[in-house]
Amino acid sequence: MASRTFRIWRGEQGADGQFAEYTTDITEGMVVLDAVHQIQAESAGDLAVRWNCKAGKCGSCSAEVNGNPRLMCMTRMSDLPEDRPVTIEPMRTFPLLKDLVTDVSWNFEVKKRIKKFKPRAPDAADGTWRMDQRDVDRVQEFRKCIECFLCQDVCHVLRDSHKHDEFVGPRFFVHAAALEMHPLDTEDRLEELKEAQGVGYCNITKCCTKVCPEHITITDNAIIPLKERVVDRFYDPVRNLFRIVTGR
Amino acid sequence: MQVAEHDVLVIGAGGAGLRAAIEASAAGVSVGLVTKSLLGKAHTVMAEGGIAAALANVDGRDDWRTHFADTMRGGQYVNNPTMAELHAREAPDRVRELEAWGAVFDRTNDQKILQRNFGGHKYPRLAHVGDRTGLEMIRTLQDHGIHLGIDVHMEWTVTRLISDGGRVVGAFGYDREKGRFQVFRAAAVVLATGGIGRAYRVTSNSWEYTGDGHALAYEAGAELIDMEYVQFHPTGMVWPPSVRGILVTEGVRGEGGVLRNSEGNRFMFDDIPDLYTGSTAADAEEGWRYTQGDKEARRPPELLTRDHVARCIVREIKEGRGSPHGGVFLDIAWIKEKLKDSEAHIRRKLPSMYHQFKELAGIDITSEAMEVGPTTHYVMGGVKVDGETQMSRVPGLFAAGECAGGLHGANRLGGNSLSDLLVFGKRAGEHAAKYAGANPRSAASGAENEQVEAATRDALAPLERQDGGGDGVGSYAIQSELQDLMQAKVGIVRSQAELESGLADVLALKERSRNVSVAGNRAYNPGWHTALDLPNLLLVSEAVARTAALRKESRGAHFREDHTAKDEHWGKTTLVVRKGADGEMEIEEEAVTPPREELQQIIEENR
Ligand SMILES: Cc1cc2nc3c(=O)[nH]c(=O)nc-3n(C[C@H](O)[C@H](O)[C@H](O)COP(=O)(O)OP(=O)(O)OC[C@H]3O[C@@H](n4cnc5c(N)ncnc54)[C@H](O)[C@@H]3O)c2cc1C
Ligand code: SF4
Ligand code: SF4
Ligand code: FES
Repeated sequence: MASRTFRIWRGEQGADGQFAEYTTDITEGMVVLDAVHQIQAESAGDLAVRWNCKAGKCGSCSAEVNGNPRLMCMTRMSDLPEDRPVTIEPMRTFPLLKDLVTDVSWNFEVKKRIKKFKPRAPDAADGTWRMDQRDVDRVQEFRKCIECFLCQDVCHVLRDSHKHDEFVGPRFFVHAAALEMHPLDTEDRLEELKEAQGVGYCNITKCCTKVCPEHITITDNAIIPLKERVVDRFYDPVRNLFRIVTGR
Repeated sequence: MQVAEHDVLVIGAGGAGLRAAIEASAAGVSVGLVTKSLLGKAHTVMAEGGIAAALANVDGRDDWRTHFADTMRGGQYVNNPTMAELHAREAPDRVRELEAWGAVFDRTNDQKILQRNFGGHKYPRLAHVGDRTGLEMIRTLQDHGIHLGIDVHMEWTVTRLISDGGRVVGAFGYDREKGRFQVFRAAAVVLATGGIGRAYRVTSNSWEYTGDGHALAYEAGAELIDMEYVQFHPTGMVWPPSVRGILVTEGVRGEGGVLRNSEGNRFMFDDIPDLYTGSTAADAEEGWRYTQGDKEARRPPELLTRDHVARCIVREIKEGRGSPHGGVFLDIAWIKEKLKDSEAHIRRKLPSMYHQFKELAGIDITSEAMEVGPTTHYVMGGVKVDGETQMSRVPGLFAAGECAGGLHGANRLGGNSLSDLLVFGKRAGEHAAKYAGANPRSAASGAENEQVEAATRDALAPLERQDGGGDGVGSYAIQSELQDLMQAKVGIVRSQAELESGLADVLALKERSRNVSVAGNRAYNPGWHTALDLPNLLLVSEAVARTAALRKESRGAHFREDHTAKDEHWGKTTLVVRKGADGEMEIEEEAVTPPREELQQIIEENR
């Protein structure tokens, strides 16, 4: 059993925070979240942290571990360098509530602004639809999202430029893509994607894709196709001429 | 004191709570939805294998009757037959409705919703999305619900229901962020708080599962039934220690995974219960054919009900044929003998299992066997409700989902929970809205003020004790002791002596917990939250220990090594738990409701 040192961010809303040092024993297979819980039980009962599933399924335990946006429950201690303390900080893009817990409510508000699913009329008399597995595969990739908001955390448009009012962030492009590419959906979301949701701000740095714990290819599979659709609709001169002529 | 007012207050935002809120909202009443976590993080998100519904997309012979009969057999015939019937009849519509709201299930070759095999279900019946069905379900409900004008109170915990003149009129709770208190006034309250799994050491359940709804209902005068039936899922991870208990979906066995002991023997063939001899495969070959959709084949013994599989695993481990870390082997990699592309196939069918083992245990399930053992998973027991309306005996108080009792009897079949949430969440929402319409909420009353004062005092006590100092005990320590004792004495294999000693320990802990003190302040303080969950956890533990000690037979999930057989008297008896006039827990034997004739006939035809 080896003892390891942790530097964990402690702080409350509106106050200056700082790192506090803790030491705890690490056994085989432990993940960062286990260590945090152990520290909580041993010496920091009021250390705030979110978690639920402990298996990478709920997206609650997001934090920055040694500076990298990670799910704490899926980060094994054995994968972190042993020669220095493990630092754990809250996601920096969101306002701090306490310690490792941030105010992510903005994300839930943003989602309401994206038009909801609107299916075509059912295919069969009994009110059901037919879909091919091949068509389903594509949106299933996006629907794997566990709403951990790590992609939002790294996106510079939010983190550095604070465009929260004009840009919904990678998570919600994934959401919009899931709806737009849903085999049954008939809604049109391109106007908003271009204007209010700011897909144009994304300059395809792919930082979001790199941190996604669900391995969703956010940029290539969701954002770029959305950008292409927007371009096709709003910037393609031939299409536009056609639209003027036909009124569609 | 802040006050929020709604016609219907739904406590819990898992599948049951969301579905109830959607239905109530659609009925035109105002709805508040409270959840301890963020939206979309409830247990429902973790469900893997699928939703049971007799859609008959994969096997045309399936229908609600068979689903009903399977549910009753799985529950050892002590289920509430009205609930089992409604569940089987309505589940298909509830699943199709999810598709209309945007859910994207895996497909059959003819483009319909695909269904997979699961333990105790006669036909392939589980609609699914790989092994992340719960995520699909909760996200669909969440995304549908947020456009309906439901008021969501995220990270608020209800610690008490408020009653007036015999009916429930609201709730009291605190928020995690700042520890503020709030009264939620409502004409009807729906409990959808889930289970009690945190009472045990090895569990697939999260910090949220502290039996809050069970305790809130009990304190408000409702009854609990079937509390002795706690489901231990046969396959949880056992290694490394920090992931012990995390679920390995039954879907692994549904896709052809087999259980072996250290001698390489498929021990599940050694002991097949009488109720299932006719429907179990004669050999490995037939079992494999079944998992691949051969309609002539019978199911492999790995897909017997969970209670039985869990006990067989315990037996193998006890008799020294376990795996190195105290489990047995679950092997899906072997299907490479049968399928060309087995590795890709496994990754496609069981993606999250693949990642879970790869990332948490360093095991590649496409080439190596997993080590698994039983883990606390689900509580069949819950609030006693009317089968059609989901109302408890307290007017205005409803319950749905895992915190309600009756549907599953002595043992729940896999996949029957997600369908339960939809069917009875909808019903609870519908009837709560109706009730609220007929019985409007009242203004603040003296009764409310008194209860709010008491609730405030109780909530603050652990924080105030820290200054009194001295003999205060920590909330984590008590919780941890409770988990150890429940695991050891009120676990999978039970006996009178252990149960009685377990009960005594629970009561002693209850005494000690009155001195719990926590450090820190009211802002997002998990030590404090844990302290406030403790009374609930202790209450449900007491109920489980007491009822288990009374039921002197083995049935479903309740296994007594000193009474290994089923007993006729107990087969007709439900144990009902309530708070007595003296404030102590009271338990009464009540006759199980027999199914009406038509249903009885369906049961006989499917024996
Ligand atoms: C790992 C795993 C896999 C599973 N797989 C399957 C499967 O494949 N098929 C199947 O049918 N079943 C499965 N189950 C079981 C099923 O997922 C659960 O039984 C079901 O999701 C419970 O749903 P619920 O709506 O009753 O409660 P939950 O989804 O647990 O929601 C409870 C809600 O209540 C809230 N709450 C609790 N207490 C309070 C309080 N005091 N104040 C305010 N809010 C409160 C919580 O915050 C949460 O929002 C699985 C369970 C687990 C753990
Ligand atoms: S690719 Fe676009 S959305 Fe993703 S992090 Fe970069 S700028 Fe943000
Ligand atoms: S897209 Fe990936 S990183 Fe972003 S919220 Fe979803 S799961 Fe997390
Ligand atoms: S606790 Fe659920 S993702 Fe980490």
